[in-house]
Amino acid sequence: MFGLLEVGLLALPRLCTLGRSLHITSMRRRSKLDACNMYDKMKFEFTKENKARVESLLTWYPEAERQGALLPLLDIAQRQHGWLPISAVVAVAEVLKIDPMQAYETAKYYTMFHMKPRGMYVVAVCTSTPCFLRGSDDLLKACSKMLRLEPGETSKDMQFSLKVDCCLGACVNGPVVTINDDLYEDLTEVSLESILSDLKCGKVPPAGPYSGRCSSEPKDGATTLLIDPPPAGYKMQDLDDSGEK
Amino acid sequence: MAAIVRYNLLTKPQLVATLPGSLQLQRLQSTQAPPAGTPPPQTKTKFGPLADEDRIFTNLYGRHDWRLKGALKRGDWYKTKEIVLKGPNWIINEIKTSGLRGRGGAGFPSGMKWSFMQKPGDGRPKYLVVNADEGEPGTCKDRDIMRHDPHKLVEGCLIAGAAMGAQAAYIYIRGEFYNEASNMQLAIAEAYQAGLIGKNACGTGYDFDVFMHRGAGAYICGEETALIESLEGKQGKPRLKPPFPADVGVFGCPTTVTNVETVAVAPAICRRGGTWFASFGRTRNSGTKLFNISGHVNNPCTVEEEMSIPLKELIERHCGGVTGGWDNLLGVIPGGSSTPIIPKKVCDDVIMDFDGLIAAQTSLGTAAIIVMDKSTDVIKAIARLISFYKHESCGQCTPCREGIGWMNKIMTRFVKGDAQPAEIDMLWEISKQIEGHTICALGDGAAWPVQGLIRHFRPEIEKRMQQHAQQTKRASN
Repeated sequence: MFGLLEVGLLALPRLCTLGRSLHITSMRRRSKLDACNMYDKMKFEFTKENKARVESLLTWYPEAERQGALLPLLDIAQRQHGWLPISAVVAVAEVLKIDPMQAYETAKYYTMFHMKPRGMYVVAVCTSTPCFLRGSDDLLKACSKMLRLEPGETSKDMQFSLKVDCCLGACVNGPVVTINDDLYEDLTEVSLESILSDLKCGKVPPAGPYSGRCSSEPKDGATTLLIDPPPAGYKMQDLDDSGEK
Repeated sequence: MAAIVRYNLLTKPQLVATLPGSLQLQRLQSTQAPPAGTPPPQTKTKFGPLADEDRIFTNLYGRHDWRLKGALKRGDWYKTKEIVLKGPNWIINEIKTSGLRGRGGAGFPSGMKWSFMQKPGDGRPKYLVVNADEGEPGTCKDRDIMRHDPHKLVEGCLIAGAAMGAQAAYIYIRGEFYNEASNMQLAIAEAYQAGLIGKNACGTGYDFDVFMHRGAGAYICGEETALIESLEGKQGKPRLKPPFPADVGVFGCPTTVTNVETVAVAPAICRRGGTWFASFGRTRNSGTKLFNISGHVNNPCTVEEEMSIPLKELIERHCGGVTGGWDNLLGVIPGGSSTPIIPKKVCDDVIMDFDGLIAAQTSLGTAAIIVMDKSTDVIKAIARLISFYKHESCGQCTPCREGIGWMNKIMTRFVKGDAQPAEIDMLWEISKQIEGHTICALGDGAAWPVQGLIRHFRPEIEKRMQQHAQQTKRASN
């Protein structure tokens, strides 16, 4: 009886390791570089310039509330590395002296932290209603065809990732595409094609509207702000009366 | 996300302040003299267009220099010292007189909101948090302020901060606005170098810091308590209120969260006077406002206009009209994605202000107008919004997490017409079950577009179901 139990107990860890290794192999098969696998293999360290950035950022938050700097720090780590491996999350947690799991949970919550490797150029097409009304669905199809990627995929040479986004915040300039940090506005299939072919050659085309307008004014010419801005103190009220301190 | 406030959470004096103009007027007439900070009565009956000299955002389109030198030339930072030295009561009184209501969506009177911070302190520092997490589909007004007129916002932070006795301002900007955040950061650095903020800001003896904080792509962080959580380095999930941020806000200290536009217009109000600002728009809806007009118009644009301008005039004057003419109009979402859609017959004479749109069973929200012409698949357009809300629900409250998922499933079938007419009532019921049963107003914001669609476009949905039924019948034969 005891013997059996002992055997059972001994067998348990072996079974566990077997189960774990199975789990890991199956994960490896799915994606070659998963954030979890990179934990042991990669040590993340901030570069010298980024360390200085981190130091100055930390002073922006009250002494006891350093955790506030978590999002900016994760962003710096992601910019340095190209994506956010779990080792970088741990490194950030160490800087802030918080629980790594807490940092990981937060990083997972926000869509702008990429916990898996991504392409050099992340192309995000906005398909929200204002852009949809201006033809973003066709733009997405064209983009998908040009890059030979489905939304959510990354090309094998790690150059491009294609993403569908909900709202990029430039609705009057729709349809809009972001490439990394830059907004490309008022796009048509033709202008998008020229942007993507430029990127394929390693050139980053200028961001902004592609319909000839300067920003968000009406494209047939501004209807407002036609005069020069009034000078400082224009029609200012008298501050001396009703003196109250 | 738009700042939507539930009225059942407000105290009685706050509620009174948000009452429609006529009721407020009655209350005022019953007392002899109106208290200080009451906006003067409006005598005008026609509103808009706004004269160029009365525009606050004079560099909206970025035609002029946005750096400090250009900003000084356009009148930013002019006599800021004198304004700050007038004291918090004077500033708040000017804001109250101006009748300014929050520009983030809820339309809460700003002067009153800022005065909540005037309670005697208990030693904790106070913070001003500027909500620049602009993510509501249709809304892009704050982007233009931050990239082309950043000094207006920095100066606004100082004046609002001085009114509240705040020690620092945090500007929480959405992560996607990288270039806008860079412009803001440069403007802040310039202001520090010129001694306009920081220690002894503008030579007033008042210390005030302004910090930038970039978000990381979560729409829900535009809700004030979620924004506070996110600023503290946590998951952006809304907190239960009370305690309100004015008691326990960011880092456990009294905090006021306000929209970019609200803060950025404060210096202009203090310079030209609250009565000047109150001379635009109807009573209780005063001021100028940035309108974003997107969708099916000939020239989509951002434009600053007088409040209470008729929708039709706004579109015809600045956007070159609806594509294919006014008669080709199908409907308009008047205030960003969370507000219910209104059909053409309502659009014909609706007035763009808080009370005018509430009378039309919708809301001004952020004044982001999404125009749809008759070529639009309106069911698909609303379904897009619902899938957006499903994606952005933080998952804390069951009605929102599960309910929006179900609404999304039903709406996806409605787009094809693959449903029974009885399911329209079911969808209505789900939306009613979500509305008002969640911690924050994201659930409400997701329910309203669906309710607007059913209210005005029910025949359209039923027609599509019939078509689909006929098609499947034909296919099976």
